[in-house]
Amino acid sequence: MKIAVVVFPGSNCDIDLYEALHTVCHADVAYVSHTQKSLAGFDAVMLPGGFSYGDYLRSGAIARFSNIMPAIIEFAQAGKFVFGTCNGFQILTEAGLLPGALKRNNGLKFICKTVELEVSNNQTAFTTQYQAGEHISLPIAHADGSYYADKATLEKLERNGQVVFRYAGENPNGSLNNIAGITNEQGNVLGMMPHPERAVEALLGNEDGLRLFKSILENGKIKEEAAL
Amino acid sequence: MIATEMSPQEIKSNKPYLDWGLSEKEYNYICEKLLKRLPNYTETGLFAVMWSEHCSYKKSKPVLREFPSQNERVLQGPGEGAGIVDIGDKQAVVFKAESHNHPSAIEPYEGAATGVGGIIRDIFSMGARPIAMLDSLHFGEIKQARTKYLINEVVAGIGGYGNCMGIPTVGGEMTFDDCYTGNPLVNAMCVGLMEQKDMQVGRAQGIGNAVMYVGAKTGRDGIHGATFASADFSDEKETQRSAVQVGDPFMEKLLMEACLELTNKHADWLVGIQDMGAAGLVSSSCEMASKAGSGLELVLDDVPQREPEMSAYEIMLSESQERMLLCIRAGFEQKVKKLFEDYGLEAVVIGRVVAGKQYLLKHNGQTVADIPVSSLTDDVLEEASQEQVPQRILQAQKKQQWIPQINNAAEVLTKLLQQPTIASKKMFTQTYDSQVRTNTVVGPGSDAAVLRVRGTKKALAMTTDGNGRFVYLDPKIGGKMAVIEAAANLIASGALPLAVTDCLNYGDPNDPAIYWELHQSVLGMAEACRTLDTPVISGNVSLYNESNGKAIYPTPMIGMVGLIRDLKHIIPSFVQHQGDLVYLVGQTKQDFAGSELQKMQLGEISGSLNEVNTTKITLRMKRLLTAMEKGLVASAHDLSEGGLAVALAETTFGTKYGIKGELSLSGAELFSETAGRFIVTVAPAKQKQFLAEMKDKVALIGKVSGESQLHLTYQDGQFNLDLEVVKGLWEDAIPCLMKSKD
Repeated sequence: MKIAVVVFPGSNCDIDLYEALHTVCHADVAYVSHTQKSLAGFDAVMLPGGFSYGDYLRSGAIARFSNIMPAIIEFAQAGKFVFGTCNGFQILTEAGLLPGALKRNNGLKFICKTVELEVSNNQTAFTTQYQAGEHISLPIAHADGSYYADKATLEKLERNGQVVFRYAGENPNGSLNNIAGITNEQGNVLGMMPHPERAVEALLGNEDGLRLFKSILENGKIKEEAAL
Repeated sequence: MIATEMSPQEIKSNKPYLDWGLSEKEYNYICEKLLKRLPNYTETGLFAVMWSEHCSYKKSKPVLREFPSQNERVLQGPGEGAGIVDIGDKQAVVFKAESHNHPSAIEPYEGAATGVGGIIRDIFSMGARPIAMLDSLHFGEIKQARTKYLINEVVAGIGGYGNCMGIPTVGGEMTFDDCYTGNPLVNAMCVGLMEQKDMQVGRAQGIGNAVMYVGAKTGRDGIHGATFASADFSDEKETQRSAVQVGDPFMEKLLMEACLELTNKHADWLVGIQDMGAAGLVSSSCEMASKAGSGLELVLDDVPQREPEMSAYEIMLSESQERMLLCIRAGFEQKVKKLFEDYGLEAVVIGRVVAGKQYLLKHNGQTVADIPVSSLTDDVLEEASQEQVPQRILQAQKKQQWIPQINNAAEVLTKLLQQPTIASKKMFTQTYDSQVRTNTVVGPGSDAAVLRVRGTKKALAMTTDGNGRFVYLDPKIGGKMAVIEAAANLIASGALPLAVTDCLNYGDPNDPAIYWELHQSVLGMAEACRTLDTPVISGNVSLYNESNGKAIYPTPMIGMVGLIRDLKHIIPSFVQHQGDLVYLVGQTKQDFAGSELQKMQLGEISGSLNEVNTTKITLRMKRLLTAMEKGLVASAHDLSEGGLAVALAETTFGTKYGIKGELSLSGAELFSETAGRFIVTVAPAKQKQFLAEMKDKVALIGKVSGESQLHLTYQDGQFNLDLEVVKGLWEDAIPCLMKSKD
């Protein structure tokens, strides 16, 4: 399974994703520049955190117009794995690959801390290594993480089990339904505000994010084997 | 603009240079000795900024020579963008601190943000990747709405810039005192990591080589910023405050990545690289020429400009942010252009290295400056300053020392934990991304921040420390204490202190009492640095920190970086296991002058400080570090503001443990602030080895208990404090003050 980490101008968690996959999970991973137009040869694509295009105008709003986006949209529509964390999540909502939007945090400030999450759906390709309803801790680091969607969309998300992660302790940013991460209807695109890539090593005090990457790698392998 | 510029003769008679900070004596010296003619408008402007204290250190230089700046590890001492220290494996750590006090007092968000941006450029200009930011912030007491505004905006500016750059803000300090109300201190430190082979210098040499400009366009912002930083504030002079620069961290992120690609992958194209910081294009270009003994010719029409019809004077003195100056080998200009284009940036040839030693500026087809390079950089008139011992110091020596009366130590401790300088700063630090790039092993809220060096067993520890109160009461001893405190923070984390960067924040040096403070405190710091073998490899001087005639406390900030040779030796600040033995390392004396307790009980500080024996403390710290590296220490916490009692409480915060202790100290001594002490916890099985390693001067004072209680029995009393309760008060103190209406 080959994974692309897309680098936009202003991405800054690209190295964190890359290292989590490469050094910790020993996965086959490569950086792909926003200027590229193709994701040929890749089985999964990941959009890192950061401040793409300075987050000017609105977080993720400019990145969605970059050269690589049509390829990512095509990739998602083909049912391949797409994962976005933090700014990556914001870009996925801006690009329409995930419903809803991420607003300024309720407290209006950037928050960097570790929060408690509930794994609300462990049946997605991204979460099979977690227990259903399990509580985990992951760091957040964002100013625009308050998830918003209209009532009908929220109901649909809940009904379909698209809410994958939920803030289980304090809701740090005012997200509706305590939503921290969602998938698309097909379940192959996941966006989440917390940073699992920051929680993959005991040295840094937290390994709760590791199973997310292991889930993707395992399910990618199953998919590959099925295709053969 | 050009039409309105004064002629050389008009400059001589109207003396506009006085407003730009150049004295009549200096002007005459330039005319008679250096140029042997009258300088024109642009030239006079160049002299004014380059001869400002901010660029020339003309006042502080004689004093700065006291600092040790070399040892076998130092690869680059003061004089370049930042200092560089060998950390083995052909790697090096690069660091520097800088003040942005004056801009932050006026426009706190942009002042702080551009302070961060400037120091980051200094680091990547050396060829290093910035890996961490720290800060040292000093504000007035949290009472006035203006102070709260300054705090909120400075913190937002630091976070806004660093978070966007993707450089974690991992540590720092924040203190509060009335002396900083009108003139807050905003010091930022950046730490970078590099391969030694990638080391760069800010040099322009080789006749015919190109001078290239990269980054943001030049506008009229921040003109005379360096001069502005070299004068006092007063309410009447409000209109003289020139525009503070505006930062664009996204631009800087692109600039950083492009410059790092150039320095790390195409060093053969590059001769030299330097940040355009204070005094913008003039300082960067003439310093690059001066260091190489070259001549330089710049064509100002080619400088990318944001605004129309800028004069030569404005172009040269602008302090627009996010700009770098490169010296590129002739023939590689197009390759450099292409590299920067890939990042969406413009790289433009604006001049060449030329034969001779002149600094030549052309604009609109005319020569607008033709002066020796060295006249701007090397011929600055150093100013001998008057010194005088301040009255308060003479008087304090005659008075009796204050000894506190402690009737209820538990209540005193509870109150001390809520003093803003001691209370939790989480409300601010959690607005900084402290983890990005996933190297942060220990983030904000510990003695020192610790970052692993990816791909090695090593880690780096870093801290910023400065306590103006002690320096105010005794500059020399206070100076020693500042260095000892920084070293103690690193040692407590298990790191060997390597080297120092500083920000020297003082009042108006023309006041003999203030110059004396500067001189004495530097002597104290220098002595401690020599004893610890931590040379001062970079730094900055910020004088004229006064507001309406009242100076801040002399507040030197020490930034220190240490090396942890093996990740296994990283020592936590917090107790680890029930049953571990609690040791107090270092003797406690009657050190109450300038203490947090004195400030709290009397509302002001007074008295004289006891001598600090840096040799003894250094030996003690070395022994402790050896014990740590032998795996004998479970946790360690350095004692600072609030003394032993506060440190005992802090070392349990965030754990489920408490401490039960018995001390041969008085209730007052629980709060003494004697320098160079630690609380160390040791597993019972390692007690014997630990004691053998430490030799003397450690006292067993208790045990880590299983419940969240601090139970202390001391000479004249005892108490039992619920740590959950006081932790809550410690955490809520600053948020409450920030929210309260005044």
